[in-house]
Order: sequence, then structure tokens, then C-alpha cells
Amino acid sequence: MAELWEILTRFFPEFLKGTAVTLELTAVGLILGFVLGLVLALMRSYGPKGLRIIAIGYIELFRGTPLLVQLFLIYYGLPSLGLTLSQSLSAYLALGLNSAAYQAEYLRGAIQSIGESQMTAGRAIGLTRWQTIRFIIMPQALRLVIPAWSNEPISLLKTSAVVFLIAVQDLMARGKRAATITYNPIGSYLAIAVIYLIIVFAMCEVLKWIERKTKIPGFEAMSEKIK
Amino acid sequence: MSNPILIVKNLTKTYGDNVVFHDIDITVNEGDTDVIIGPSGTGKSTLLRCINLLTKADSGQIWLDGEEITVPGYDEDFVRQHIGMVFQNFLLFNHLTALDNVKIGLSKVKKLDDDQAERKAFQELDRVGLADRAQHYPGQLSGGQQQRVAIARALAMDPRIMLFDEPTSALDPELIGEVLEVMRKLALEGMTMLVVTHEMGFAREVSDRIIFLEKGSIVEEGSPEELFYRPKFERTREFLWKITELYGKKESED
Amino acid sequence: MNVSRFIQYIASGTAYTVAVSLISLPLGLILGLIFSLLYVYGGKILERLMSIYSSVMRGIPPIVLLFILYFVVSGSINLSPFWAGSISLGIVSSAYQMEIVRGALLSVSGGQMVAARAIGMSKLQAIRYVIIPQAFRLAIPPWSNEAAIVIKDSSLVYALGVPEILRRAQLISASSRQPFLAFITAGLIYFLLVFLTNRLLDGLEKRVRLPAHP
Repeated sequence: MAELWEILTRFFPEFLKGTAVTLELTAVGLILGFVLGLVLALMRSYGPKGLRIIAIGYIELFRGTPLLVQLFLIYYGLPSLGLTLSQSLSAYLALGLNSAAYQAEYLRGAIQSIGESQMTAGRAIGLTRWQTIRFIIMPQALRLVIPAWSNEPISLLKTSAVVFLIAVQDLMARGKRAATITYNPIGSYLAIAVIYLIIVFAMCEVLKWIERKTKIPGFEAMSEKIK
Repeated sequence: MSNPILIVKNLTKTYGDNVVFHDIDITVNEGDTDVIIGPSGTGKSTLLRCINLLTKADSGQIWLDGEEITVPGYDEDFVRQHIGMVFQNFLLFNHLTALDNVKIGLSKVKKLDDDQAERKAFQELDRVGLADRAQHYPGQLSGGQQQRVAIARALAMDPRIMLFDEPTSALDPELIGEVLEVMRKLALEGMTMLVVTHEMGFAREVSDRIIFLEKGSIVEEGSPEELFYRPKFERTREFLWKITELYGKKESED
Repeated sequence: MNVSRFIQYIASGTAYTVAVSLISLPLGLILGLIFSLLYVYGGKILERLMSIYSSVMRGIPPIVLLFILYFVVSGSINLSPFWAGSISLGIVSSAYQMEIVRGALLSVSGGQMVAARAIGMSKLQAIRYVIIPQAFRLAIPPWSNEAAIVIKDSSLVYALGVPEILRRAQLISASSRQPFLAFITAGLIYFLLVFLTNRLLDGLEKRVRLPAHP
């Protein structure tokens, strides 16, 4: 216990830098994942058969394989095809592409919940399909998805820890360094575990606040546990 | 000869500031069918649940067959083996067939061997007229059928008294008859019953005694003739005619 | 390097991946079951404890937990990375499985417990004969999801040096200078494993589904 505190204080600046990297990875992955996920969800729900199949294929592949494999594929595999990305870029890309698949599914669920009847109502007053999607369905879907979606930032944060294996200097990487310096792996990894817990807890509170603020009274909240 | 199967004395139950019922005295004699009537929300369900100890009353005493079951530490599970209960929402075990629903109490609680349990379960199902639905699951049965299975399940335990908590309130009108029919048969066979219901036809024709419960206490009790034709209190008369209007008269008039 | 040797080398890691999963998933299940019963039926203090266990174990990245547990486990008993890693992953999974079982138990309507007590069953009997059989059916879809996660997370033991699929892909990608192919192959094998597992559990769900009104 005393060692834990000692490690925390001794490596504090390093751990802080690592936390910044981790948060950065999470944020980039989340945003990238959202944009791509939105596109995929629209393709999946409203696209012609060809696009639908591509979307389903993408989602199944990225959800059905480990992130580590995807990460290694991008960082070690792409160079042999001529595309060499830095460690950070590879990490951003892998996390973003991976998260997109999960976010697409959350959004699809929300779109389905709202679905047919709203589309009918929109078309009935003369809106085109696309207008209905854009002005009627999506605004509702984006509100409806918040409870389920709020799993994703936390999930991403935890998933991002593995990028230390391609030498990205995130919090986990700093923990590993502390372990090699102090010869105390348990203490070091416990130290960063505590930090991760604090970040997750803080994130949870923020997300709960957002959920409360965006609740539409009377709207059934969809809960889907995908991850 | 009146042998009291159930005696309730001074029973009181409060939830926080809300007094659900207070100082309730009820005696149900062997072979009698007693009916409790009253406006919704007067704690009639809670009263029944206190009788079979699913809920703990705050004060008062209950005797079953001469033994006080409200002494602290009394084996509640044992009590419930001897009191049968039928719920408004049937509450059949969804993962079991009709036969297994009736059988499970016999095998796991009464510890009968499989053959005995199966035979008796079948008997009870037959008694309520559902022997041909033995292998059906609750999801495949109508509300009336489910309730009859629920009655068979309670009967299988050979209870000393059967408690019915608004057994037909959750049923579509055309299904009420089949359940009341089973209950009427039971009453005629001599089962001791305490029934909470709005079915005035049943109350008037089958019951030996009607208890009118309002705002947590017993306003009046007596035979059906007394309550329907010579009630002592205006409130009783008001309630009875209001409710008879609402629920109609299905049985023969006298 | 010829193609079949290539694929074979990576595929031989499958045995390890499957083995790790077959140890950690059931371990997570047993622990998760016990913990969730304690959580739901154990009273206020246990409820608090289990809630904390859940929050802590699910708030730390699995890889961090894996490392901590690995060093703890292999520090006290002399275990190979394979065993230490598998057991550690099982402990990680137990927190998620506890939540799944808990969700299923709470989804079974309260009336079922009341009805069971009403025919004289003890609380234990009610849980065993009435609640759990119904909760089991409700738990299959989320559990199928967790099974997929465990299979994918088994790739984390790569970091412990266990010669499973990913490590083999890594090794052969260096010697064959075909990293892209190597990791695509690895990905496809994982995908197959996850796909088959989900199919299997879908089948189970259909078989135990309760018949409803035709």
C-alpha cells in the first residue's frame, strides 16, 4: 500500500503525460468512430442492397475480430502494401475503425426504435426520404441513443490500453516503464489501475449528467448492451 | 358444528404514515366460503398476504387450525404449505408445463416421489377441467385456463383453507365464468375459502358470509341475505348496489 | 514460404486460443454465478461489496487487470503464462458475467418468487427451481456476447508470450515478410471462432425457448 503511494508520487508527471495520451486516443477514436459509425448506420438502415451489405460486412468483421489484430494489421501489415503509418496514427485509426462498428450498431438500434412510423409521417407531409431522415429521424435517434452510447467512451478508454504494444506512450506504457524501473510490477500496474479507475469514474459522472440533461420526457430509453 | 380453521384477531398493517388496515377480526369456519368486498385500494390484497405470511402484519394474531402462526420464528414455509393462494395475475411458473406447475409443489415441497406427484398433479388438473392441457405452457393458455391451473396448483397442496385474491379481475369477461364455476364447485365440495372479489353474483350465491371492508376496517359483515337486503349501514348499501350495477348479474335472480 | 505451411503455422495457435477461452469463460461463469447470487440475494452488505467488485473490475482495462493478476497468480504459485493468463482472464470476465446473470435474475418478474413462496417453497427452493431456470433463458443473448468478447480478449495473452494465434502471426510475419497476410489470416481465424460460437449459442437459445401462443 505504501509502495503504491510511493510509485504514484514518484512517477506522477510521467503518469500524467500518459493519461493525456490515453485521453487523446480515446477522444480521437470516439470522434472518428462516430462519424464513420453514423455513415455505416445510415448505409445499413437506408442504403440500397449493395451498401447495406458492405456496412454489415464491415460491422461483422470489426466486431468479430480482436482490436489487437486490427492494430497490428494497420501498423505492421500496411507498410508491406506501401502505406506506412506512425504509431500514433495507427493507434488512432485502429481505435476509430473499431469503435465505428460498435457505434454503428447502437445508432442502428436507435433508428430502428424510431423507424417506420416516423418515416411514414414525414413522407405524408411531403418531405423526401432524405429530408425525413435528416430532420425527423436522426434528431430523435441521436437523443435516443445516448444511454446505450454512453458505454462507448468508457469502453474505448479501456480498449485503448493495448496500444502500448506498438510503443505508443499511453498510461499503460508508462506503467510498464515504472515496472521495469522499480522491479515492482504489481505495484506499478496497480498504480495505473487506480488512475484508470479515477478517469472512468469521472467519465461516468459526466455521462450521467449529459444523460440527465438530454432526457426527453416520456421517451422510452433504449438499453442495448453490446459491449 | 363450527370449527374455525382461520382466526384473525386485531390485525393491523401500516406502510409509513399510511394505515392499510387496522384491528381486523375475521373467523372462517370449516367448509365455509367467506367473501371480502370493498373499494379498491382498501388493503384487501395486503390482508390476504398477511394471512399466509407473505407480508408481515405490524400487530395482531392469526391462528390456523388452532395454532398461532404469528408467533415469532414460526416456520412460514410450513404455514404456506397449508394455506393455498390464488393471485389476480395467476403467477404460473412460465418455464413449466401446466402439469409441472401443479407437480412442482408436490415433488419439491411435499417431497412425494415422482409417480405419486405426477398422478396427483394430473388428478388436480382434471378437477379443474384441464387434463387435456397438461403439456401446454402458460404462454399457450388463455387467461381463464391459466387461472384454473393456478387453482389446481394451490389445491394440490391439500390446503386447510384457500385464499383467492381477486381471481377474475385480470380476465376478459368471457373467461370469468369458467373460473367462477371451478370456485363454485370447490365451495360445494366443502373447501374452506376466503375470497376477495368484485363478483357479486358469486358472493350472493356461493358465500356463507360477506365481509365489507372499507378504509382499512370492517364496516359490516353477515350472510348474503343480510348484507344485500337488510344492510345495517348506508355505506354498505351504497357500495353493494354500485358494484352490482357495474359488474352485472350473470347468475339467476332470486 | 509456401502458403499451406504459412496458414498452418498460424492456425496451430488456435488450439491455444481455444484453450484459453475454454478455461476463462467457464471460470468467469462459475464465479459470476456465485457473485451474482450473493449480489441479488445476499443482503445489504454483500450487495454493497459485489457492487464495488463490479465497478472496480469493470472500470480497469482488461489488459491492466491481466498483468496485475498474472503477476499476483504466478507470484504465489508457479504457473505457466498460459495458466496464469487464462485464470486471470477468467477473473476479469467474472465481473461482466456477474452483471449479466444479475440482470437476468432481476428480469424474472417478482411475482414468480411470490407464487413460489405461496406454495410453501423456501427462498432457496424458489431461486433454484423457479427463478434460475427462467433467468437462464434470459441470459443467453448477452452471454453469447460475452463469449465473443472472451475469445477476442484471449489475444491479450499475446503480451504474456503465450503462443496463440496472434503471437504466431507476429512471429511468422517477421520471417516470411508477409505481415499483412499473416494478420489477415489471424483475423479470419478469430472471426470464424466468434462466428461459430455465436451460431452455437443462437441454436441453444432457440432450443430452450418457451413455447408461446401459436
